[in-house]
Amino acid sequence: MRNTCTAKNNPWVPRAPDAVDHLVVTMPANYQTLDANEAVARIAYALSEVIAIYPITPASPMGEWSDGWSANKAKNLWGTVPAVIEMQSEGGAAGAIHGALQTGALSCTYTASQGLLLMIPNMYKIAGELTPTVFHVAARSLAAQALSIFGDHSDVMAARATGWAMLCSASVQEAQDMALIAHSATLEARIPFLHFFDGFRTSHEISKIDIVSEDVLRAMIDEDRVIEHRARALSPDHPVIRGTAQNPDVYFQARETVNPFYLRCPEIVQSAMDNFAALTGRQYKLFEYHGAPEAERVIVMMGSGCEAAHETIDWLNARGEKVGLLKVRLYRPFATRLFLEALPASTRAIAVLDRTKEPGASGEPLYLDCVSALFEQGRRELRAVGGRYGLSSKEFTPAMVKAIYDNLTLPAPKNHFTIGIEDDVSHTSLPFDSNFSIEPDDVMRAQFFGLGADGTVGANKESIKIIGENTENFAQGYFVYDSKKAGAITISHLRFGPRPIRSTYLITQANFIGCHQPLFLESYSVLNDLVPGGTFLLNSPYAYDRVWEHLPENVQHRLIETHAKFFVINAHKVAQESGMGNRINTVMQTCFFAISGVLPPEEAIAAIKDSIRKTYAKKGEEIVRKNLAAVDQTLAHLYEVQIPDAVTARISHNGHHFKGAPDFVRDVLGEITAGRGSSLPVSALPNDGTFPTGTTKYEKRNLAAEVPVWDPKVCIQCGKCVFVCPHSVIRSKVYEEALLANAPASFQSYGARLPEWKGSKYTLQVAVEDCTGCGICVDVCPARNKSEARLKAINMRPQAPLRESESANWDFFLSIPDYDRKRLTNGSVREMQVNQPLFEFSGACAGCGETPYIKLLTQLFGDRLLIANATGCSSIYGGNLPTTPYTKDAQGRGPAWANSLFEDNAEFGLGFRVSLDKQQQFAGELLHRLSPQVGRMLATEILNARQRDEADIFEQRERVAELKRKLEALPDPYARRLLALADTLVRKSVWIVGGDGWGYDIGYGGLDHVLASGRNVKVLLLDTEVYSNTGGQCSKSTPRGAVAKFASGGKRAPKKDLGLMAMSYGTIYVASVAMGAKDEHTLKAFLEAEAYDGPALIIAYSHCIAHGINMTTAMQNQKAAVNSAQWLLYRYNPERARHGENPLQLDSPAPRIAVADYFKLENRFMMLNKTDPRSAKELLGRAQTDVNSRRAFYDFLATRNLIPAPHDELNDKLSRD
Amino acid sequence: MNLTTNYLGINLRTPLVPSASPLTEKIDNVKRMEDAGAAAIVFHSLFEEQVRRDRHDLQYYLDQGKESYAESLTYFPEHADFKVGPEAYLEHIAQAKAAVAIPIIGSLNGTTFGGWTKYAREIEQAGADALELNIYSIPSDPEQSAEDIESHYLTILASIKAQVKIPVAVKLSPFFTNFAQFARRADRHGANALVLFNRFYQPDIELETLEISPNVLLSTPMAMRLPMRWIAMLYGRIGANLAATSGIHRATDALKMLMAGADVTMLCSILLRRGIEHLKVIEREMSEWMEEHEYESVQQLKGSMSQKNCPDPSAFERAQYMRALQSYPERGPA
Repeated sequence: MRNTCTAKNNPWVPRAPDAVDHLVVTMPANYQTLDANEAVARIAYALSEVIAIYPITPASPMGEWSDGWSANKAKNLWGTVPAVIEMQSEGGAAGAIHGALQTGALSCTYTASQGLLLMIPNMYKIAGELTPTVFHVAARSLAAQALSIFGDHSDVMAARATGWAMLCSASVQEAQDMALIAHSATLEARIPFLHFFDGFRTSHEISKIDIVSEDVLRAMIDEDRVIEHRARALSPDHPVIRGTAQNPDVYFQARETVNPFYLRCPEIVQSAMDNFAALTGRQYKLFEYHGAPEAERVIVMMGSGCEAAHETIDWLNARGEKVGLLKVRLYRPFATRLFLEALPASTRAIAVLDRTKEPGASGEPLYLDCVSALFEQGRRELRAVGGRYGLSSKEFTPAMVKAIYDNLTLPAPKNHFTIGIEDDVSHTSLPFDSNFSIEPDDVMRAQFFGLGADGTVGANKESIKIIGENTENFAQGYFVYDSKKAGAITISHLRFGPRPIRSTYLITQANFIGCHQPLFLESYSVLNDLVPGGTFLLNSPYAYDRVWEHLPENVQHRLIETHAKFFVINAHKVAQESGMGNRINTVMQTCFFAISGVLPPEEAIAAIKDSIRKTYAKKGEEIVRKNLAAVDQTLAHLYEVQIPDAVTARISHNGHHFKGAPDFVRDVLGEITAGRGSSLPVSALPNDGTFPTGTTKYEKRNLAAEVPVWDPKVCIQCGKCVFVCPHSVIRSKVYEEALLANAPASFQSYGARLPEWKGSKYTLQVAVEDCTGCGICVDVCPARNKSEARLKAINMRPQAPLRESESANWDFFLSIPDYDRKRLTNGSVREMQVNQPLFEFSGACAGCGETPYIKLLTQLFGDRLLIANATGCSSIYGGNLPTTPYTKDAQGRGPAWANSLFEDNAEFGLGFRVSLDKQQQFAGELLHRLSPQVGRMLATEILNARQRDEADIFEQRERVAELKRKLEALPDPYARRLLALADTLVRKSVWIVGGDGWGYDIGYGGLDHVLASGRNVKVLLLDTEVYSNTGGQCSKSTPRGAVAKFASGGKRAPKKDLGLMAMSYGTIYVASVAMGAKDEHTLKAFLEAEAYDGPALIIAYSHCIAHGINMTTAMQNQKAAVNSAQWLLYRYNPERARHGENPLQLDSPAPRIAVADYFKLENRFMMLNKTDPRSAKELLGRAQTDVNSRRAFYDFLATRNLIPAPHDELNDKLSRD
Repeated sequence: MNLTTNYLGINLRTPLVPSASPLTEKIDNVKRMEDAGAAAIVFHSLFEEQVRRDRHDLQYYLDQGKESYAESLTYFPEHADFKVGPEAYLEHIAQAKAAVAIPIIGSLNGTTFGGWTKYAREIEQAGADALELNIYSIPSDPEQSAEDIESHYLTILASIKAQVKIPVAVKLSPFFTNFAQFARRADRHGANALVLFNRFYQPDIELETLEISPNVLLSTPMAMRLPMRWIAMLYGRIGANLAATSGIHRATDALKMLMAGADVTMLCSILLRRGIEHLKVIEREMSEWMEEHEYESVQQLKGSMSQKNCPDPSAFERAQYMRALQSYPERGPA
């Protein structure tokens, strides 16, 4: 996303022609192409003095824009730079806004979903105190049976009782306009406004809109109201008191005092809309009717679905139907009378659509409001039905709109229906014709299939701007992403046409399809949506006269069937030759313009070049030059392919195999993986959000061009590659030679080198089909080939030639029994790495710095592990459908995993512990009672079992198994109770896992409480020093001097020392680790934390793509962080204090390099040099001072002589209870 | 004692000039150099290669992982403007100019035409009194002729000369087929001085890790023999000034260089090793030696031992000098 805003270029001022991104401006200067997040943020920024922010998808970009503008000193409407402050949670942001409002500033915030829920308590207060403000919400689903980041109205509907006015926008244009109307009306009405628009569909849709001018802003804001707002502020100069407590005598009456404000509010909003119309020509209504004046059937709805309905109505009415749509813009206060007045008198039936679900309600909220309006106004003859649509960005299309009107024609239309899904459980769904399309001929529709991060999306965003700003066309862009972070597919949907585009749904009739990655042809139905006579552009390594024979059968068939025009280019070759490396975006963009005809070719090329100059100039002339070279080279390499008459393919469509998967996994998760999840009926899905684990192994994504290959002769069997592999694709096993009898010919093995394993065989095996090709394993490999030192014990080799043989080897490898865990005793990395990881093939970024820690956790304790996982990267790669990486061992045991929320994870995990301990205690009581029946010896052994190491646990499991056998034979009701609880007698390990956003910020209060509880819970804090999952926003863990979103001018405050805070209790095991610096230390910390009988916190340095580093050599960054003492390695073990030893062991070496040398390795630090060298220098100096003083302090703590602590009986008791 | 000399048309208080080194990265050091008596300062180099790499890195890291997953479409704030050129270097020169009164010689290090001429002009605009061009490459293409390499160098020099008004010195390596000829050609292409000689990064092999470690060894006094010979031979034969660099650690080293014909003597390793203030010691000892030996000025001794003026001109040209070889004591196998 570009930030074209500078101090000179205020966000709300239309860019003057010379500042417009592209050269030729044929449309009026106030047209720009942007998404709703940017459009809304511009308004909010211009009209605010204090903006509190916190990241949450899909609203984060509004905060990012505001932070960026503020850092660039862009001014608001009154000529001052708004204060933008990041808070620790949305609850904090709402509180800060509440305070800012109370003291007279014009304030606002942005949020969505769970964030809005956290704001609700303050929202009641803000409304109760009649305080003008606007919260802009990119509406999103709420986490119920699962989290979803996508759009619907569940969040805003949950806030509808707060007393806020609720204004809804249906499009990018409206989002900008309503944002302004909301800011205007709130000052007049004194009621706070929640302005919302659909997450992703509107927040992220790029659209060509008319930008409001500064003059319009000025005219919309009544300065007198601003002055009145200030006059109401708290001030010791004219003191008042607010936030009192009231009793039964007056609370009720006081609550009713506000009614006149709500009664007046609709009129104020309409007046603001009218004022806006006078200024801009765009007239909005609180309830806006569109359609036939004499319509009998009317849909009532709000949000982006209105746009799809709007264009469908036009299409239907043009074909003789008489239907209409009532768009609800002001949902609260709900103006009953106006609602009815807006309906045509001819209306006989309405369908009220809600984009939310209220299980158990008599109907969804908008429906109930409408029904009550009809009832109250005596319009009972009007038939009203309600329906749900579009949950979590589910498509809402003209076909569905038509089906809803068809339903209204029935004598007894279906009520409480759903549309867009097949509900074969409760039979709520309306059928619709998925082939029904109203796409007009004069709208160009293009789909582009790209690989995540290959530049396809960025190039398409540029293309939209080029077309939007160089032609009369209106333009729309919407982008669909995958559920994995690495190697994911992106599909861009672009429309261009002569009228504003209202098609708020994906393209299913494409005139143009571009496939930027040839491999997609084998696994996706790329040409599914190509219209007859459409154009197909393929990036292929094969020449134009040979490409046909390399197309899969279904692709050939489709090209012949559609009489398509087929173009091919070897974009990777052109990109390489132009110095662009693997970035094919400019090449493919040029091809699109060259063959789509959307602009005359010469004009198009000029426009692309101009766009390149504008986009890349700030990054250096070489970048511009390479891109321009790529444009020039492209046309010479673009060929049209003559399509033969017949299918001659030797390759078939691969699909997704899910070979050997259980039925549910194959038929449900497999279908989702193949992109057909939307077709799954309700009955296919679990009703409580429960899914099997261990499903990533069926996906076989074949992402890596190159994979590691083992050289057994060079290998020293240190296990480091296995340790660091983020995707668990490198495994080692030690086994008896006899097992090799049936090994495939190419299966490799070597004599095990560890003395304990003498005589056994050792194999290092790579799952080449699951590898992401990150290369971290090769980077950490310490063994070099003696004759050819460029080679190591593992080396990257092309995957394709190895695929078949290595998958057979992998299957064989899996068939070798795992090493007996009871025999692993020495706790070294090389030994522990033969443990099976119970976390594999996650969708994390290639080279992820977090996943190796999680994998280690599962290797060590996976068979008795419960994980409470905070929302974040680890919950996404850990639990995002379709397939999930936690898996089971040969006995069927493995981590049990759950995610509650972002803010409550420590408490959630504590709940696990308390519950397990309670059940274990009760089981013990029952066992004690039943000991005569089950045998006193067995009962005593079970009750007194030590359960310290693997062997103890193994024995306890054996005993419990025997107990269960005995209990099954007992008729005693107590035996039945104990049988249900018996497994709790085997020790379970509860780990609370989350990132720094959770542990340092939003969940810190809970984390602190849980750690202080003394309970036996372990916390693994994956510290990436930034909110990774939401795209790199600053957290309190972000180091001083790092650039992050929300700290785009460099973080000025030092990193919070969470470990030190935890150590101050004296009862918590605390370790700070960085596996890339010292793997044995990491391992030791995990083992000690688990062994410690009390709470433990491991803070694990996790490198991250958001650091701007080379992910292949990222472990070296960890090492540099430690060598500079920017990151300290230590272990604080309270056990040691009990023995009179200093509990703190500082395991870091003395600093070997300066902080500056470490900073040089990471773009997050270096970037500040490029934007604000003065601050960079200052912050670097302070960072070095931080490091020096922190190191000195830890040295002091680790070396001071301690007076042996008195035996802490209370804590002992706490940790036992 | 009159230690003054003239280099690049600038009158210098002494011939002692700190050569390009990381020391100048701190303005404080620049002030210390002036305080210690440096006559002028050659700045650390603006590396063309570094500027290019920084740009590519920035672009790469800003794009890495972008627009792949719906929650994290980007990972960095996008700024309206990046300082991806030599801005920091230029600002540093300007700061140094404001901080000290002695001449500042900018240094530009690269091998291609890209960016060079522009950067040279920018360094001039930033206030540098002169420019030292460090044409730095190890020719490794077996198809490339010596003439190709030399004319490439000269084209770069000429294009820079056409862009700037300040004097331009060229820092060279000794690795030319006929250095004397190239020196003369450089002179004719407008070089105001030749700085002899450049020392390349010298990769080393790490035995434990089996890796190549690029590093620079600080020079030893031995290193001065090569430039001294060439300065002696070039003195009086070309119009360009001659600057001696490499291995000048003591006052006597500097004196030898001056006698060979150097206009200035440049110091680096010794300042890194003994500290900037060591300049004072060298200057004092230089004066003392000259007083002791009854020299009046640097001007007087400059070139006195050049090939042109020395008692045995042929000594500088002998490739194998029998007496030198014979002077080594014979050693048996260890």
